Amino acid sequence: MRRGIATIGIAASLVALTACGGGPAATTPAPTEPATSAPTTQAPTDYTGAELTIWVDETRKDAVESAGKVFTEATNAQVKIVQKNYEDIQSDFTTQVPLGKGPDITIGAHDWLGNLIQNGVVAPIEMGDKAAEFEPVALSAFSQDGQLYGVPYAIENIGLIRNTELAAEAPATWDDALAAGKAAGTKYPILIQVGETGDPYTMYPLQNSFGAPVFKQNPDGSYTSELAMGGAQGEAFATWLAEQGKAGTIDTAITYDIAVSSFAKGDSPFIIGGPWMIDSFKDLKLAIDPIPSAGGQTASPFVGVQGFYVSAQSQNAIVANDFLTNYIATTDVQYALYEVGNRTPALTSAAEKAASDPLAAGFATVASTAVPMPSIPEMAAVWTFWGVTQANIVSGKQEPVEGWQKMISDIEGQIKK
Amino acid sequence: MATIWNSRQFGLGFIVKLILVGLVDALGVFVILAAWRAESWWILGFMVLALAAINYTYFTNRHTLPLKYILPGLVFLLAFQVFVIFYTGYIALTNYGDGHNLTKDQAVASLLAQNERRVEGSAAYPLTVLLRGDELGFAIVDDSGVRVGTADEPLQPAPDAVVAGGKVTEVPGFEVATPQDVFSRQSEIVGLRVPLSDDPEEGSIRTQNGATGFVFRSTFAYDEAAGTLTDSVTGTVYTATDRGQFQAPDGTTLATGWRVFVGTENFTRAFTDTQYSGPFLRVLTWNLAFALLSVVTTFLLGLVLAIVFNDERQRGRKVYRTLLLLPYAFPAFLSALIWSGLLNRRYGFINQVLLGGAEIPWLTDPWLARLSVLGVNLWLGFPYMFLIATGALQALPRDIQEAARVDGAGPLRTWWSVTGPLVLIATAPVLIASFAFNFNNFTLIYMLTEGGPRFADTSAPIGATDILISMVYSISGVDGSAPKNYGLASALSIVIFAVVAIISGLGFRQTRRLEEVL
Repeated sequence: MRRGIATIGIAASLVALTACGGGPAATTPAPTEPATSAPTTQAPTDYTGAELTIWVDETRKDAVESAGKVFTEATNAQVKIVQKNYEDIQSDFTTQVPLGKGPDITIGAHDWLGNLIQNGVVAPIEMGDKAAEFEPVALSAFSQDGQLYGVPYAIENIGLIRNTELAAEAPATWDDALAAGKAAGTKYPILIQVGETGDPYTMYPLQNSFGAPVFKQNPDGSYTSELAMGGAQGEAFATWLAEQGKAGTIDTAITYDIAVSSFAKGDSPFIIGGPWMIDSFKDLKLAIDPIPSAGGQTASPFVGVQGFYVSAQSQNAIVANDFLTNYIATTDVQYALYEVGNRTPALTSAAEKAASDPLAAGFATVASTAVPMPSIPEMAAVWTFWGVTQANIVSGKQEPVEGWQKMISDIEGQIKK
Repeated sequence: MATIWNSRQFGLGFIVKLILVGLVDALGVFVILAAWRAESWWILGFMVLALAAINYTYFTNRHTLPLKYILPGLVFLLAFQVFVIFYTGYIALTNYGDGHNLTKDQAVASLLAQNERRVEGSAAYPLTVLLRGDELGFAIVDDSGVRVGTADEPLQPAPDAVVAGGKVTEVPGFEVATPQDVFSRQSEIVGLRVPLSDDPEEGSIRTQNGATGFVFRSTFAYDEAAGTLTDSVTGTVYTATDRGQFQAPDGTTLATGWRVFVGTENFTRAFTDTQYSGPFLRVLTWNLAFALLSVVTTFLLGLVLAIVFNDERQRGRKVYRTLLLLPYAFPAFLSALIWSGLLNRRYGFINQVLLGGAEIPWLTDPWLARLSVLGVNLWLGFPYMFLIATGALQALPRDIQEAARVDGAGPLRTWWSVTGPLVLIATAPVLIASFAFNFNNFTLIYMLTEGGPRFADTSAPIGATDILISMVYSISGVDGSAPKNYGLASALSIVIFAVVAIISGLGFRQTRRLEEVL
């Protein structure tokens, strides 16, 4: 999810910027006191002298910090929050943990899991009965071979964001969306970010609607390292991409920033994007719809899960586990985290609380058709080739079928290494 | 001693020296103590030697005068240059990267932890940590009552134990650990396994929070003597290979591996693996062209402007000079980012406003992208050359030019035979330095084009404007576009170092010849 993360990172910084801009609705939510959900399974503890180091990015910092304060009051443990650039966390965690320099806990995405396990830097977590309080999809995303490696806090996926003043109804297919977009008379019929190096994360539901998922799946839903996006279906998607590129409905000049600012200006009734964009569209009347199908099948986006990992070399394992299971996995903290990123909470009770917001509920509905983003380490070899090839096909630099076949063989070559 | 400490040395200078060296010593002792605690013996050794050298040099007066000037630089050279070069060399000989991130011990511990599972359907037990002298134990409460055990003694019923609120509060023969005990010995507690019974197959009790126990069973067993991991479920025996992985007889390997020495493999791979060697030559060619053309274009423009503004008949020279220096005043990475926006195919200022909506692919067509990179670098680099050339021109003695005029040379001839060569001699070292800088001008490439547009005909994530250092950045996976391979990246960095060193060496030799001619 490198690309997805990059966009989220940008989105996150935009959110932060708007927050600083000082619109009344954009102020950072006041940290709610999770004192009501104080630990019940734990005897009163005293960790005087302990210092727990946690890596978070700037958007999640306040919410985690307030959970840390409650923890400090209850246990006397000091919580040191280190703000990191989201894109740096994974590689820094990987290189620093073996040296004993890393944090006890870091925030992260579930698709890092394969890589983190391969590099031996995360510790398994046993949450016991607490696990039942989480959405199953969130737990399975943070699990490998039946072993849980993190405490999830949010589920995120993209959907079709519709400006209800420009389009009254949800389009069922891509062509419907184009027709509605043209009828609206806006500059773009529909907005989808591509950029010069492609954005396969955002493009995935459309690819999926042609029946070309990225990897083959085992019966239990986990991914194998065998590519499934080759063959006729994948090539049909590539051909479709080339057509859309030629028609100008999908354009590599549209980057995340351009797509978001154009939609905010009312230049299009539709944009394919995630909850992290919502804060940029405060003045618009919005609805969240399923992504229209381009190839006839369901356009299932990736679902990503955000959560917290514990370092395999942590000298504070008990304190870290206590903090995560009893202070992060609470309704109030998860809801506070929801408020800063609009991502659906992973804790069921917090998700129910968030569902009162129609936009959150809309994304959650789309999530019901979504597929988990692969967390196997082989995925790292896929993103770059995938994105660049898509962008080249859209811009006409590569022939669709040939380009797609070369991409498949390139990725297979990388995976075999 | 008295002969050395004569009265002259107790003046103000000595006191200042004493304070300064004292501060350095204090810092050094602090680092030594920190290194002692972190068990970093190399750093500790280096600091001890460095401190000894510093104190000897500045407090004795025998034969150390030159060293007094050189030593600070020498220490920093060792710490920041020599060490880095050797460390890069060391990494280049290993397979450090994704999947080979740990030491062998850490990898084994990781694999064992990954494969220790909670027994399915087993209960969660309220758990109390116990102490018997220094030995740790667990007490759990279940339907049958309290059971107590340690690492060596499987759980035994303890009918005399006192339970309050579902938790054990007293056990004869043991002390209940205080929260402080739990916290201060948490690594041991997390590592403690209390067997359920004499049969290891039944699993053992462990805790992750000191308050709840679960039954875990390890499916992997490590035999240190044989260097094998055995999967007790499937019976597969994984053997440690010299590639830093555990391998089963059928060739499958476990994901988590460790770092091992692979000799010169990374170097041979850089030159023989077609994925890298093909693009390597293309990238090298472009890199040389980029560095050379950058130096030539910026120098020529800077020189021409310097000549123009060196003419005293030119009015408002100060204003012009100040304005010309502006590009130099902005941070290069910022300028490069702004230029990448200005040159955007559809929304860039250049295309939109200056060219009336023409969609010229400045950064996405291979040749135009190269041109853009050179153009932006010209914009960034000419003020520096302008400064240097102005300085060189103003330092020239006027009588030389006058002599040329007296000898009947015109302005062009004067420039070509007298002024030009003299300026060139003065600026040649700067030009070589500029070449070396541009050869590794990562900021510009990364901020402007990210190396793109991508080559369509290679599998490596490399593009038309990639220079060697940005190529290394992508194929080593540091930017996330490939699995991380620090070993290969270090090997390639050393190759780049060699290339730059050779070219700079040749350049300096050339300059010396130039000086001899005149």
